Amino acid sequence: MTDRIWLYIAVMAGVTYAIRLLPLVLLRHEIRNLRFRSFLYYVPYATLAAMTIPAALTATPHLLSGIVGFLIAAVTAALGRGLLLAAALASLAVWLTESLF
Amino acid sequence: MSRSALLFFRGLRDGLPIGAGYFAVSFAFGIQAVAVGLDAFQTFALSGSNLTSAGQFAGLGVIKVGGALAAMALTQLVINLRYCLMSCAISQKLAPGVPFWHRWFIAFGVTDEIFAVSVAAPGRLRPAYSYGLIAAAWPGWAGGSLLGAIAGDVLPDSVSNALSMALFAMFIAIVVPAARDDRRVLVVSLAAAALSAALAFAPWTAALSEGMRVVIVTLLIAGAAAWLFPLKDKEARHD
Repeated sequence: MTDRIWLYIAVMAGVTYAIRLLPLVLLRHEIRNLRFRSFLYYVPYATLAAMTIPAALTATPHLLSGIVGFLIAAVTAALGRGLLLAAALASLAVWLTESLF
Repeated sequence: MSRSALLFFRGLRDGLPIGAGYFAVSFAFGIQAVAVGLDAFQTFALSGSNLTSAGQFAGLGVIKVGGALAAMALTQLVINLRYCLMSCAISQKLAPGVPFWHRWFIAFGVTDEIFAVSVAAPGRLRPAYSYGLIAAAWPGWAGGSLLGAIAGDVLPDSVSNALSMALFAMFIAIVVPAARDDRRVLVVSLAAAALSAALAFAPWTAALSEGMRVVIVTLLIAGAAAWLFPLKDKEARHD
């Protein structure tokens, strides 16, 4: 069983690494195609938005604390404060909301 | 201090919330891994070599039922396919002239959060900065899993819940300023959020894994945006 587990771990690590590595070794040069460049320009925002909604709102025990954490992070970011502060304040907001209600 | 050292420390600093968030959420993985039959060292090796959340939990499911290795490979491929899109974006943000071998190491650290912080960094991406991010994030993930495997959940639930929001706050803090300054990014972000929520709750797509949902949303929304609002030639340059 233990050997089998090491095999599983190796397969998981191998496949996951290959997915991450292949684009980096295949796309060695700057892509000139403007459509594809535009696509890649939008990729981070589409990805991050999809990973945040709805997951952030349902990550905490209560919807309310998820919403409060989300809003605090958004306001902190809109005011041009850094990642670290947004992360700290949002966590604090979730903790406070969960403690109060 | 050399330029690389400065970038490395900047990466460490920016990676701090990633490491803290990972640490808080990876206990759960360690606890579950032990329940499935892994020992603490295997749990540590698994988290340290995979550095991914959803894929590892799904992997435990395959181990638990004694699934085929091919089934394991396919599960990882489907859940982690989003990293392929992220690596495409990172390949274009890397500074030209960066020695090729760095890509083998940078690839290892392409996680949701490291990707998010990497693309938000001003100008071109430098390997030293990536290594700083990885050096901050990796111990949190691997260490948290190990501790979870050995000691169970050492943080009270209220603290883990609060810290799990730190990871989402980072995504939010990257998208919001960009959306404020670029109306196209605003449209893309709102559309992606709406589609993602719709797919998550619609009865016939709710069964999709979260990783697959992110891939579908990204292909559709970023693809549509590339047709509707292509960059102007000048903008398409990085610096």
